[in-house]
Amino acid sequence: MKTDSEAAVLPKAGHHSADPHTADRPIAVRHTADPRGVLTGIHFMDGDHACCEGALAAGCRCAAGYPITPSTEVVERFASRVPMVGGTFIQMEDELAASITLQGMVWAGAKAFTVTSGPGFSLMMEHIGYAAMTETPCVFVDVQRGGPSTGLPTLPAQADMMQARWGSHGDYEVIALCPNSPQECFDLTIKAFNLAEEYRVPVMFMMDEVVGHMSEKVVIPPADQIEVVPRKHTHKSVEDYLPYATNGDQVPEMAHAGEGYNFHVTGLTHDERGYPNMTLAVQDKLVRRLQSKILNAVDRITMTEEEQIEGADVVVVSYGITSRVAQRAIEAARERGLHVGKLRLITAWPFPEKKFRDLAAKVKAFVVPELNLGQMVREVERAAGGQAKTFAVSHAGGGVHNPEEILKVIVEASRCQTI
Amino acid sequence: MSDDLVTDILNPVEPFLRSDRVPHIWCPGCGIGTTVNSFARALIDSNIDLGSLALVSGIGCTGRVAGYVKLDSFHTTHGRAIPFATGLKLANPKLNVVVYSGDGDLSAIGGNHLIHAARRNIDLKVICVNNLIYAMTGGQTAPTTPDHSTTSTNPYGVFEASFNLPQLVEAAGAVYVARWTTFHVRQLSRAISEAFQKKGFSFIEVISPCPTLYQRRNKMGDGLDAMKYYKEKSRVRHGAPTSEVGMTMTGEIIVGKFVDRERPDYQTMMKAQFHESLGERFVEQTEMVCS
Amino acid sequence: MAKGRVSIVVERCKACGFCVEFCPSHVLALSSAFNSKGYHPPHVVHPEKCSGCDLCGMYCPDFAIAGGKVDEAGVPVKKADAAKGAKK
Repeated sequence: MKTDSEAAVLPKAGHHSADPHTADRPIAVRHTADPRGVLTGIHFMDGDHACCEGALAAGCRCAAGYPITPSTEVVERFASRVPMVGGTFIQMEDELAASITLQGMVWAGAKAFTVTSGPGFSLMMEHIGYAAMTETPCVFVDVQRGGPSTGLPTLPAQADMMQARWGSHGDYEVIALCPNSPQECFDLTIKAFNLAEEYRVPVMFMMDEVVGHMSEKVVIPPADQIEVVPRKHTHKSVEDYLPYATNGDQVPEMAHAGEGYNFHVTGLTHDERGYPNMTLAVQDKLVRRLQSKILNAVDRITMTEEEQIEGADVVVVSYGITSRVAQRAIEAARERGLHVGKLRLITAWPFPEKKFRDLAAKVKAFVVPELNLGQMVREVERAAGGQAKTFAVSHAGGGVHNPEEILKVIVEASRCQTI
Repeated sequence: MSDDLVTDILNPVEPFLRSDRVPHIWCPGCGIGTTVNSFARALIDSNIDLGSLALVSGIGCTGRVAGYVKLDSFHTTHGRAIPFATGLKLANPKLNVVVYSGDGDLSAIGGNHLIHAARRNIDLKVICVNNLIYAMTGGQTAPTTPDHSTTSTNPYGVFEASFNLPQLVEAAGAVYVARWTTFHVRQLSRAISEAFQKKGFSFIEVISPCPTLYQRRNKMGDGLDAMKYYKEKSRVRHGAPTSEVGMTMTGEIIVGKFVDRERPDYQTMMKAQFHESLGERFVEQTEMVCS
Repeated sequence: MAKGRVSIVVERCKACGFCVEFCPSHVLALSSAFNSKGYHPPHVVHPEKCSGCDLCGMYCPDFAIAGGKVDEAGVPVKKADAAKGAKK
């Protein structure tokens, strides 16, 4: 698979070196993974297990979970591995507990995550909002299954994509990643932890049942080739430290419980001291910063895999397992002489709006297959702003598309008139 | 801050307060501030290293305690103070973690976490200020509201049974269970000190006035009237079977230390299990600061 | 000669009356004066009776009053430095 994006070098998780947006940033000391957590070698494992290994490689030593199909294997492996690495797993009484226990772990100094699927993800929404508001760096893994409600516990879907973005109340931003292979479950889990630390934001790791349960070759590099982003810990004195003051880059420095800073954290609207403050001005400043610290960094955060975009009439936009099904349809369409490009969203949120707006000016249409009745396609359509047509290839979940269904829509899209 | 604070008589609670946030939001005659006095004295008496102390609150009137104490303090979501505190304790076992919240927060929306933390015997000190009602939201029925009292959601009187919290947490496995009222300031302070000496899940219930909602709706006078009632109707019965300490609207309040027993806490059990099963492969958790 | 003395932060007071009611020596009474929030803070009516037990301080839900022991010259007897742990 030939790629022309930075996805091609993904195994070096957390790299920013080639990124022009980092040019003005001070060059930080390179941090690499703690070798104790890195199972270097070539493995044959499923996506759930690879995700666990990615977490351990990223330096995650704490997890709280609650069993739910098809995600449980991630924490089962974590529970078995972590006592030999120096850390803790706890199975909580429900997902509400798991999703806040992990934040307690983070404020005590750990990197932590939790793992769930649709119904549990719904219960965790409250604490995704808390993490966004308190700027708690952490990772929520959602191995998506068919819904709504209990739906299809053992079968795939990609119908939590909007929930990942909008599920908790109020205005906030998250980052969401969509792996499409066990290898990416490893690589991108590290990336998820790194992004969480860099932006102090909850990162949604949006797997699906197929990616979670498929077994493939997973290459785990030596620890010194895995870059990890450390906690943005304050170096200020107790007297000078303001928990929510920012210094140019919009991401405040963090302190941990037990270090003597006597800081306060609240889910209420708060000022730079972390104190509750319900004034319009403080609300405006805080909520806008929570949004802009992510939106201003869209280009830095965005990862896509792009193929034959130049000169394409139709671009197929996909993510997760659907990108692998779509690949076959794309190739079949090219065999028929159609000019079809591929754009895989590796990050779904923040949505790379400008990228799509620019692209929409050059292509006739987007075709968006996904295992839901139309979620990311709405973002594509919105970003296209009427410059190009948008075709959904919906699927209610429970399986994957037949590539023929996608091909049919590609063919139809190729025939449409340029707007 | 008022110039009055410049005095040669130091209020022992003052060093523990975020003085720039006082006066607090609690109503005249509310007992929550009184419990904070007892808490502060317990911190002094038990010589706790304040640097290792973290305080976690949920939502509600008592949930605001976290915002007024000059400690590492976390005002979390409704009902979830205990699981947040569990995470703090697990990731850094050296922390002394106090959960300071209200009856509705801990026993209704957070009830599941309360019993499971007691079952696991996580080393947390839980101070539950029980004002017998949901106060922050305007006086709705709580799981602790006594039979026959009137609330905004039971305007014709409460007819559902209420929780006897000491019995609940004892049954679930707490190693230390006590109840006092805001009248018993010194006993409360001692109980908190004692809980700091225990390793495991400790639960201290403090019956506290809510003059604005509970007292007023039930024509029970103001905060001072509640305090006089506590003085008159409380009976100290250390070691009383918790099945006998349920609250009624106007009856006797049984106070005292009901449970004080030994049982290995979660982290001790966990370590023992890993040593036994993994032998030398067990790597004990070290400092977890990922910076 | 009084063994103790109280200090009152009138602006914090919400006039609940706990200190007046539970002072074992009946040192205090609610004053007829108002603070800026319109409450009647306590004032000392029997300074000579104060034992410095600080029960008023323990009861006060508004952190507005504290009692302490004083020596014969009226100088506070130094207690263990309560603040020592709070400032790390």
